[in-house]
Amino acid sequence: MRRLYGAGLGHLLVTLACLALAAYAGSFLLGEPAVLTMLIWFAGAVVAHDLVLYPLYTLADRALSRLPVPVRNHIRIPALGAGLTLLMFLPGIIRQGEDTHLAATSLDQQPYLGRWLWLMLAMFVASGLIYAIRLSAVKLGRPTKSRSSRT
Amino acid sequence: MSIVDNPYESLTGARSGCSAALAGPNVGHVFRSPLRGPWLTSVFGVVLLACLPIVIITGLLDYVAYGQGQGIPGDVGFLRLPFFDWPAGPSWLFRLTQGLHVGLGLVLVPVVLAKLWSVIPKLFAWPPVRSLAHALERVSLLLLVGSILFEIVTGLLNIQYDYVFGFSFYTAHYLGAWVFIASFAAHVALKLPTMIRSLRSRSLRKELATPLARTEPEPPDETGLVAENPAPPTMSRRSALGVVGGGVLLVGVLTAGQAIGGPLRSAALLLPRGRAPEGDFPINRTAAAARISTADTGAAWRLALGGVSLSRAELLALPQHTARLPIACVEGWSTVQTWTGVRLRDLAALAGIAEPDSAFVASIEQGPFARARLNRGQVRHPDALLALRVNGADLSLDHGFPARVIVPALPGVHCTKWVRSIDFRSV
Repeated sequence: MRRLYGAGLGHLLVTLACLALAAYAGSFLLGEPAVLTMLIWFAGAVVAHDLVLYPLYTLADRALSRLPVPVRNHIRIPALGAGLTLLMFLPGIIRQGEDTHLAATSLDQQPYLGRWLWLMLAMFVASGLIYAIRLSAVKLGRPTKSRSSRT
Repeated sequence: MSIVDNPYESLTGARSGCSAALAGPNVGHVFRSPLRGPWLTSVFGVVLLACLPIVIITGLLDYVAYGQGQGIPGDVGFLRLPFFDWPAGPSWLFRLTQGLHVGLGLVLVPVVLAKLWSVIPKLFAWPPVRSLAHALERVSLLLLVGSILFEIVTGLLNIQYDYVFGFSFYTAHYLGAWVFIASFAAHVALKLPTMIRSLRSRSLRKELATPLARTEPEPPDETGLVAENPAPPTMSRRSALGVVGGGVLLVGVLTAGQAIGGPLRSAALLLPRGRAPEGDFPINRTAAAARISTADTGAAWRLALGGVSLSRAELLALPQHTARLPIACVEGWSTVQTWTGVRLRDLAALAGIAEPDSAFVASIEQGPFARARLNRGQVRHPDALLALRVNGADLSLDHGFPARVIVPALPGVHCTKWVRSIDFRSV
C-alpha cells in the first residue's frame, strides 16, 4: 500500500471522501447556466491570491528593504492595514455595484473612498508618531544597545 | 503577514550541486523568511480550527432559518442540516447566528491570509507530485484554498451589494461552502497530528517573551516550511502574531457596528450597513427598487385575509401590540426598532383560523422575495406582527407602508414589506 500509494489506507479514504463530497456538491451545478463563471471565479481566486496578490505584496515589501528594520516595520504595518481594508472593502471604495447598493440601502457609495483614505492616513500618522516617540525614548534614555529589540 | 525575505540575496546560487539542478526549480532560496515554520503555521491553523466550524454551522443554520422549501438553492440533496422549524425566539436568534457568520468570517480574513502566507513555499515544492497520495492531497488542498477564497470573495461582494460575478450568490456560496467543508474536514483529519506536534514544539509563552534580537528560525524539519537559508529576521514571531491579531482587531472594529447598531454603527466606516439614511434606521431594499408606487399603497389598498379584506384604517382600529424587535439580514447587519401593529394570530382569528399552522404572506412587490411562508411558531408568537407603525410613527414607504410583517428571529428578507395578502392555514 505505502509503496504503491505513498501513504496509509486512512489517507486514501480521507482524500477520496473529500473528493467525493466535493464532487457531490458540484453535481448540483450541472445544468446551471453560470457554472463556468463559477468555476472561473473559484480557480481565479486561487490564481489571484497565489500568483498575483502574494507576489505583489512580497515585491512591495522588498521595495522597503533598504530601510533600517524599525522604519521598515513602521511603514509595513500601516501599509498592511491599508492593503487589507482596500482588498476587503474594494467595491465601495471604487464604487462598483452602485445601482444595487442604492437599491438596497437608498444610499450611494460616495463616502467610502474618502473614508478609506482618511483611515490610511490615520494609520500611517499613528505609526509615525509611535516611531518618533520610540526614537526619542532611545535617544533620551539608555545608550542604544539594540535599536530594534522592541519591534 | 509579509514578513518577507532578504532582498540582498539574489536568486542565483540557489542551485548548488547537480542534484538540485536535476530536481528542477529549487524554491528553498526564494522563500527565506526566518519566521515560517510548522509552529507558526499551526498557531494560525488552530485559530482557524476553533473559529471556522462556527462560521460553517451558523451558515448552515441560515439555510434552515429561511424555512423548509424556501432556502436557495432549492435542491441540495443531503447537503444540509436536518430541517427543523426555525424558532420564533429568542428574538435575537437570527441576529446572533447571522451576525456571527458574517462577522467572524470577516475577522478571520487576516488569519486566512497569514496562514496562506505561511505555507506558500509548499505551493512551489519540487517535484510537484511525489506519489499518488501526494497528488490526491494536493487536489484536496486546491479545493481547500479555492473554496475558502471563493467563500470570502463572494461573501464580501454580497455584503457590499456588488454582484459583479454574475451568478446566484446563494447557490454559489452554499455549494462552495460544501466544497470547503469537504476539504477542510480532510485537511484537519490529515494534519491534526502535525498541528498538535508542532504546537508542542515551542512554548507560546516563551515566544511572546522573545524579542527580535533573539528570534531564531524554527529547526528544519520534514514539513518543508522552514527556510533552508533563512534571512535575518526583521520582525519577531510575537510581532508577526501581533500584526495578524491587529488585522483581526481592525476588521472587527470596522465590522461589528453593522450588527450591534446604535452609536457603534458608524464605526463600520467602509460597509454599507455602517450608515443609515438621515434620521432613519437602515432600509433593506427601497420602494423604488421594488417598483412600489403610491398608487399601490394609497387609500385603495386593502389587506386580503382569505375571504376577509381590511383597509389600513380598519387595521388600526384593531387591538394594537407593540414589540421591540430586530430586523437582521443575511448580510450580517441588524437593527432593533419598536414596532406597533396587529398580532398575526389576531388576524388569523379574523380570517376564521383560530389555530393557524402556517401563513403565506404575499407582497405587492413582484420578484423572488415577494412571498414568504411562516411556520406555526412564527404565526402564533405573541410578538409576531403585521406592523403598521414603527417608533411611534407610520411606516415610511421604504419601510413597507402600508403594512409589513415583523416576526421575532425571522430572517429580514422574510419580514415581507408592502403586504398585500396573508393566507393563514390550519393544521
